[in-house]
Amino acid sequence: MTEFEPTIVAFFCNWCTYTASDLAGTSRLSYPPNIKIIRMMCTGMVDPKYVIKALLEGADAVLISGCHPGDCHYINGNYKARRRVKLLKEMLKRFGLEEERLRLTWIGASDGLQLAETINTMVDQVKKLGPSEIKSTMVI
Amino acid sequence: MSTFSKLEVKDKDIVTSLQGFFKTLLESKKIDAFMVPWHLPMKEVVMPTLISDVEQLDKADPLAPSFPMNAAKIASRLTKKPAGQTIALVMRSCEIRAFIELIKLKQGSLDNTVLIGIDCLGAFDNRDYASFAKKEVSTVRFCDKILKDKSENIEGLNLAAACKVCEHPVPDNADIIIGLYGIDYQSELLLEAPTVKGEELLQALNLPKTSESASRQQAIKSLISDREAKRDKMFEETSLATSNIEKLSGYLASCVNCYNCRVACPVCYCRECVFVTDVFDHDSFQYLQWAKKKGRVKMPTDTDFFHLTRMAHISLACVGCGQCSNACPNDIPLTELFRTVSHHTQKAFEYEAGKNIEEPIPLSVFNDKEYEEVVGINKQSTE
Ligand code: SF4
Ligand code: SF4
Ligand code: FES
Repeated sequence: MTEFEPTIVAFFCNWCTYTASDLAGTSRLSYPPNIKIIRMMCTGMVDPKYVIKALLEGADAVLISGCHPGDCHYINGNYKARRRVKLLKEMLKRFGLEEERLRLTWIGASDGLQLAETINTMVDQVKKLGPSEIKSTMVI
Repeated sequence: MSTFSKLEVKDKDIVTSLQGFFKTLLESKKIDAFMVPWHLPMKEVVMPTLISDVEQLDKADPLAPSFPMNAAKIASRLTKKPAGQTIALVMRSCEIRAFIELIKLKQGSLDNTVLIGIDCLGAFDNRDYASFAKKEVSTVRFCDKILKDKSENIEGLNLAAACKVCEHPVPDNADIIIGLYGIDYQSELLLEAPTVKGEELLQALNLPKTSESASRQQAIKSLISDREAKRDKMFEETSLATSNIEKLSGYLASCVNCYNCRVACPVCYCRECVFVTDVFDHDSFQYLQWAKKKGRVKMPTDTDFFHLTRMAHISLACVGCGQCSNACPNDIPLTELFRTVSHHTQKAFEYEAGKNIEEPIPLSVFNDKEYEEVVGINKQSTE
């Protein structure tokens, strides 16, 4: 049997984490191909709907990553994102979603290494959990 | 500090006494119109009605166990722009709380209003109210059943599920609260004025002063703790019935995406719901693609997605009024689901919908240092 390879949908802020992922690429830091990156202008633009939809479509996990507190290019988009993630976590855990399947991190533009580590760790964690139950369930 | 006065009840008829009270207020010219549940003349149906003619108040009946819609939506429509006239809004506890949420969302205003709340005796869902109306049981008899016999089963009919677990039988945030619990309601009603606005209105009527009795406080306390126990049991059962996505899909399986629940919900505040826009108006090719990818796709699509999105939008504002269940053509127990989730999300933000008009909506504010536990990748699900 082949090993389970999770799919992680990642919403990265253009100004920091997305740049970090570029940097990671150019500095040949490796991170697994499990991650599907969606570039956002700011984490404040990640509508809760996007997260819910990704999970319902069978993503094994969602990662939202943006600028450190104080560094958001739109001043407070990341603070809004943090409250939304708090709400989503509270809500979705009622329906069995594990902590590891929805993550929020702050990763700056020069933190290519931290990004690679974050993705590696997250992939390991989700591998341990196994596939999202939603994949094998008839979601309506 | 609240002030209290007494309203005399003649012939044990609280309905006529309430009408009399409203009439005096309207005649005083301090109020230009009443929004109050009113018996329609052509059919046994009670609807929120805007009344400016004193005589029309003869059919006002805010205690009728009918609850066809949450009138916070009407209150919002009546107060969004200043009309320069004072409207008395007679609403149930959950309607006032929903109205407070709408005001915070800038979809209503307390200016030129007087909020009148009455101890809520509960109501039937639409279907049961229609059966109740056929039995020709008077509202006074209904009140006796609830207040004297302490029964929730009236002529074989049960109060709506939302009402049975409601821990807010006495309205908060009203200018005048009409008290029924824990008093000799057959001979007098309690008029409480928690605000300056309410106090001024009542003062002008020269009613006898009184105070809130210990027996009333006790009656309210024990009713609330009763309801909380039932509520917690409901939370437990609902959590169990929806503890994973597969079960949630089962819970919602008979949904046909009519979106009546969101139309009925007083705090579903978006002026245009994304679920009725082009975003969800897919081409047939798209549906066929999805069917091909998964082998089958249930139509209409995105049912779970709709409910979870609605939950993300309004769980912090849900007041547990029960109108979502009342509106569902397929009898899905939506109120139980939304209340259960809302209870937890509101607790997470230390927020209670409709409680305090000064308290900002959780998603409308933020701080630089807060909720740091949701940031990072170290927290484990087993913790
Ligand atoms: S979700 Fe249901 S119970 Fe909650 S406020 Fe809306 S209609 Fe009322
Ligand atoms: S009212 Fe009932 S059937 Fe209609 S969308 Fe809501 S849950 Fe579905
Ligand atoms: S610009 Fe990066 S999080 Fe707002």
